[in-house]
Amino acid sequence: MLLLALLARPAFADLNVLACEPEWAALVRELGGDKVKVSAATTAFQDPHRIEARPSLIARARSADLIVCTGAQLEIGWLPLLQRQSGNAKIQVGEPGYFEASLQVPLIEAPSVVDRSMGDVHPAGNPHIHLDPRNIAKVAVPLGARMEQLDPGNGAYYRSRTKSFLDRWQQATGRWEKAGAPLKGLPLVVYHKDQAYLFRWLGLREVGTLEPKPGLPPTTAHMSELLGRLAKASPKAVLCAAYNDPRPAQFIAERASVPVVVLPYTVGGSDQAKDLFGLYDDTLRRLLAVVQ
Amino acid sequence: MFRCHTIAAAVALACTAPVHAQDAELGRIRDEIRQIRENYEQRIQQLEKRLSEAEAKAGKAEASAVQAENTALQAARRPAGGNAFNPAMSVILQGTYARTSRDPNDFQLSGFAPSGGEVAPPRRGFSLGESELFMTGNIDPYFRGQLVASLTPEDQLEVEEAFFQTLALGKGYTLKGGRFLSGIGYLNEIHQHAWDFQDAPLPYKAFLGGRLNDDGVQLKWVAPTETLVELGGEVGRGRSFPGSDKEKNGAGAWGLFGHMGGDVGASTAWRAGLSYYRSAPANRSFPDLDATGSEVTQAFSGTSKLWVADAVLKWAPNGNATVHNFKLQGEYFRRNEDGRLASNGNVGPFDSRQSGWYAQSVYQFMPQWRVGYRYDRLNHGTVSNALVGVAGLTPADFPLLMSHHNPTRNTVMVDWSPTEFSRIRLQFAADKSRMGTTDNQVLLQYLYSLGAHGAHQF
Repeated sequence: MLLLALLARPAFADLNVLACEPEWAALVRELGGDKVKVSAATTAFQDPHRIEARPSLIARARSADLIVCTGAQLEIGWLPLLQRQSGNAKIQVGEPGYFEASLQVPLIEAPSVVDRSMGDVHPAGNPHIHLDPRNIAKVAVPLGARMEQLDPGNGAYYRSRTKSFLDRWQQATGRWEKAGAPLKGLPLVVYHKDQAYLFRWLGLREVGTLEPKPGLPPTTAHMSELLGRLAKASPKAVLCAAYNDPRPAQFIAERASVPVVVLPYTVGGSDQAKDLFGLYDDTLRRLLAVVQ
Repeated sequence: MFRCHTIAAAVALACTAPVHAQDAELGRIRDEIRQIRENYEQRIQQLEKRLSEAEAKAGKAEASAVQAENTALQAARRPAGGNAFNPAMSVILQGTYARTSRDPNDFQLSGFAPSGGEVAPPRRGFSLGESELFMTGNIDPYFRGQLVASLTPEDQLEVEEAFFQTLALGKGYTLKGGRFLSGIGYLNEIHQHAWDFQDAPLPYKAFLGGRLNDDGVQLKWVAPTETLVELGGEVGRGRSFPGSDKEKNGAGAWGLFGHMGGDVGASTAWRAGLSYYRSAPANRSFPDLDATGSEVTQAFSGTSKLWVADAVLKWAPNGNATVHNFKLQGEYFRRNEDGRLASNGNVGPFDSRQSGWYAQSVYQFMPQWRVGYRYDRLNHGTVSNALVGVAGLTPADFPLLMSHHNPTRNTVMVDWSPTEFSRIRLQFAADKSRMGTTDNQVLLQYLYSLGAHGAHQF
């Protein structure tokens, strides 16, 4: 009985999708509605750099028709293993069942020189692309087309849902840009370089990072040096993602007398960030609370 | 007639002229306004249509501009010419500084036939470990390949792995061929630089010669279930312990394994497995000392059957291993060997039923720092050596095989990993592998990897 329960097959759906991160799972849900079964390999409380190719991910990759990932070496530690060990020919690189979101948008911060002495740098550029709503729209169009290619029977459904999503998303983007106008030029301290696209979109200013170099955890030496610099830069808050360890952020915030703002970072990172619209609503609300 | 009517109409019109004139004016003005409005509405509609078309074109243009920009960026970064398809390469560098109370050269697992692999503790003082070269790449849409070459400190080049693997079989099947780490057990498929301790657990040393990497073929199938179910089978040459290298048409050894695994909530992941490995060694020889202390060569021929049960559990708060994480693993081995033992020209029936297990756990208590503990135990079990009593041979003539000793070991380690590419480890062990004595070992180890990013195996 227990064995049967453990061996349950995934529920039948026209398209079985495995998304590497929750933002792409949310996007697939918007475009696919009830015709797709989608699960995310990571949650908003996990650092995608540190994921292992654990058994449940291999099992989900085995049955997936489409795998939607960021790419740009964000999942390089575990996605190739999933592709190799799943025995699923559909999700190999170059197959239509493999969709890389970072190929659809221009990447910022592409380093001219790549060396591991610079920390955990991504050669193609900053991979945390989902925090600019214009990037979401840019990914939605080819993603909808790919879903139609893989499941032509529901093509009209995906097309109409994509169009409806893009219309609503465009309206929402305009609304957010208007609401976010007071945030222009706001100086902030961040944990990691994962907020870069958000900063670029809203015109926020990054005055320091808690990590001495990308991927290295905050050290006491670096924090003292950072505090010295912040005395002149006077940030308005210290930003922290839902998956970061809050203690270094609290340490700096106390000494600089500024609040810590915990951002959901991706879908599921807070109670309000239930989908992509909620993610941006909640992110803007938390940022605006700093200036008010 | 017509003129009368027109005059009458003109008169009527003239009489009502002032009122009608106003109405007509108004009507005319309203008409004009209506016409103007319709005109403008038409023009606005046309403008809106042109605007939306232009926006669509702009959107498409932006999309192609983005694609072009990305392609240009990637092309600028990609090496052109013959290097474009170079495999991903990485190098592992490691070494130790060790202090042991017993000489590593006289290491033995008393009660067990030596496996001949690199199972001894590290050498005393400073010593370089195995430097490894990893090269992986896709061969074509159907296959990928991997080469792992290890350069020993004694200046030998060993091929640890050299295999091809299918990419396009689909339906859960993967075929591997060449020399590769066997899929039996849990730790066997994990490369040494990714271990949580500097050396292999005692059961691996006793039953697999450190690790099993045979020349052969492996077929693996992943079931389409929500809980991972993986089944695999291997056939191979059986060229190393527990087999022996033979000239033989057909397979010298084969193995079967099955794994199950899944998640419990968001924080815990587990995997359990069962494996079986069967080989048929012929004249698998090893040196021993007889009762007088002179060297003698003994050789076993027969069948060797090995059962392995393994389980591993990993925990991290919300599945985020950055700050804290915990790992618990254990494996149980059981080996039955039946055949003949030859010693100094005498041959007689021989069989053994031996087992062993280890359990270890590692806890990361703060970012970059981990602490671990491991317990190993081997059970001598029952050894039936029919040569005892023949030609005056006594159990003392077979000190390795016949010592009723159960090797055990306790190991503690603490390691610091500034990034996932570098690690420094301090390890203490109280090793009771040799009968009647404890070897106290302290070692400091460094482990570095450079080049392409490694894989996060579970």
